[in-house]
Amino acid sequence: MNAPLTDRSRPNSLWELTLARLRLFFREPGAIFWTFGFPLVLSIALGIAFRNRQPEPVHIAVESPELATRLRGEQIRVHLLDAGAARTALRTGKVELVVQPGPPIVYLFDPTRPESRLARALADAALHPRGAPATVDKPVTEPGSRYIDFLIPGLIGMTIMSSGMWGIGYVVVEMRTRKLLKRLVATPMSKAQFLWSFVIMRSLFLFLELPILLGFGKLIFDVGVAGSLPLLVAVSCAGALSFAGLGLLVASRAQNTQTVSGLINLVMLPMFVASGVFFSTARFPDAVQPYLRVLPLTALNDALRAVMIDGSGVRAIGPQILVLAAVTAASFAVALRIFRWR
Amino acid sequence: MTEAAVRCEKLVKRYGEVTAVDGLDLEVRRGECFGLLGPNGAGKTTTVEILEGLNDPTAGTVEVLGMRWTRDDKALRQRLGISLQETHLPEKLTVEENLRLFRSFYQRGREIDEVLDLVELRDKRRSWTEKLSGGQKQRLAVACALVSDPDLLFLDEPTTGLDPQSRRQLWDVVLGFKALGRTVLLTTHYMEEAERLCDRVAIIDKGKVIALGTPAELIASLGGEEVVELAAEVLPEDLSTLPGVRGARRSADGIALTVEHLHIALPAILQRVRGVTRLSTHHASLEDVFVHLTGRHLRE
Repeated sequence: MNAPLTDRSRPNSLWELTLARLRLFFREPGAIFWTFGFPLVLSIALGIAFRNRQPEPVHIAVESPELATRLRGEQIRVHLLDAGAARTALRTGKVELVVQPGPPIVYLFDPTRPESRLARALADAALHPRGAPATVDKPVTEPGSRYIDFLIPGLIGMTIMSSGMWGIGYVVVEMRTRKLLKRLVATPMSKAQFLWSFVIMRSLFLFLELPILLGFGKLIFDVGVAGSLPLLVAVSCAGALSFAGLGLLVASRAQNTQTVSGLINLVMLPMFVASGVFFSTARFPDAVQPYLRVLPLTALNDALRAVMIDGSGVRAIGPQILVLAAVTAASFAVALRIFRWR
Repeated sequence: MTEAAVRCEKLVKRYGEVTAVDGLDLEVRRGECFGLLGPNGAGKTTTVEILEGLNDPTAGTVEVLGMRWTRDDKALRQRLGISLQETHLPEKLTVEENLRLFRSFYQRGREIDEVLDLVELRDKRRSWTEKLSGGQKQRLAVACALVSDPDLLFLDEPTTGLDPQSRRQLWDVVLGFKALGRTVLLTTHYMEEAERLCDRVAIIDKGKVIALGTPAELIASLGGEEVVELAAEVLPEDLSTLPGVRGARRSADGIALTVEHLHIALPAILQRVRGVTRLSTHHASLEDVFVHLTGRHLRE
């Protein structure tokens, strides 16, 4: 009489653990915003800030009406000012260049400002016309080469990183400070299943995070995926796993949420800056490039961009996948060894 | 089935220089409710957590349900029900979801509905844990321990901080579990709780058992069933030889006398002592036993 009763009433523990993780996430409005809303807000803001627009005219201050007439043109806006006002305008950035009448004509400008050098070149061309140039300007705004095309894969990588680190690292430490971990290990719960529930949750979340950012990029900015979609999902999964491992690693010993918040920021901040989320890693000196390449977020972003922009196949992103796999294996191995359950 | 539910010998736990448990012997029989009574910091929680397999002893042997920790962990965990001194169950899971989660860890156990009835939380089953009162949260914690239908239930200060009514509700849950013939080991610093629930009590102080027996035996060891407290200009020694008086000592605000026959002792006391400014009597309790043994109160 007892045997069938016990089997019928026993829920599956891995399923229950995963369900608990999902419920706890979706009942926390703040967490939902930071995971799904924040990357969207960021991509809208940056998309608007770096949208493609007509080249803007340069602003030049002159001190004589005669020079003003000679300089005025489609690409140059001329401001007629006296000497003092012209210097002030230059210093405060209202004009890029001051042209003083000669002879010889004098250019005042800050050579470290690219706009100033452009203004100087344009002024030079206007004052010394040497016939029409033999070249033709052709602005390039093809999908794939715009800033937003660069940005969306970076934001996907960043989202995968931060939701993995916070979603696992912070949550696990919170369970430890609330003595819930201790309560759970006082039951026959399988520790492996407990950890798997986090990995499963992160993988399931990808199927929400990815479509939201990809769909948004497609609808608003016409950012497409040049390569294979399954490969993109696979790359994202590899990224999610490596950050699940790192999240677990930072959480493995920390006794309070302040400590783990510090650790999470310590791990994430360098990668926010140096892993090519907002600008290319090529801006950093050659000497540090090998180190940047083994950062998991660099590997993830590079692989995502290769698939989304260049349409690369598995073979081309082998090194990046290898980095992600190594980070996953190492972080899980160390985390499990040093994990504090009580 | 004569083997003990819990047996530990010469249990020691040190944290650096501090000795939390100092050579503690204990035997809990099957089917009894056994209480560890002692003040905060006496080593009760450390002892219980060692027995629960959540803490490793520095020295000594532990046997639970005839099994050993590190050797039989899996089998043991299936048969224990544990309520820690403080556990914050996930706040945004409902009562029922929490119970289902805990139920899923055990091979055999009770139906969720059955446990909800036991702890009288059936009408709260769909409430988030954070919406429960302190007493309800504590009953949910005990429900999570009962969901496996355990042979042995550990309760670490189950009613600390609860109002009297919630406390009584929880006592009913424990008495109901005991009525099934199961074993309970609980810690408390409420002597009333120990007297009400426990078949036997071990009084713990500074990591050692300083007295052991049924509540009635322990109280009887004082030599009298009544305690007279009075404030007057007199030395305790002058009163200890009076008829009916079994013991006398100085207390925090006067003198406390253990008395066997109140109707004989009281006239004698009043005759001897002049200028009594305060006098009260009460039935001797485990508190008096503790004070008698240590000179301190339980809740200091």
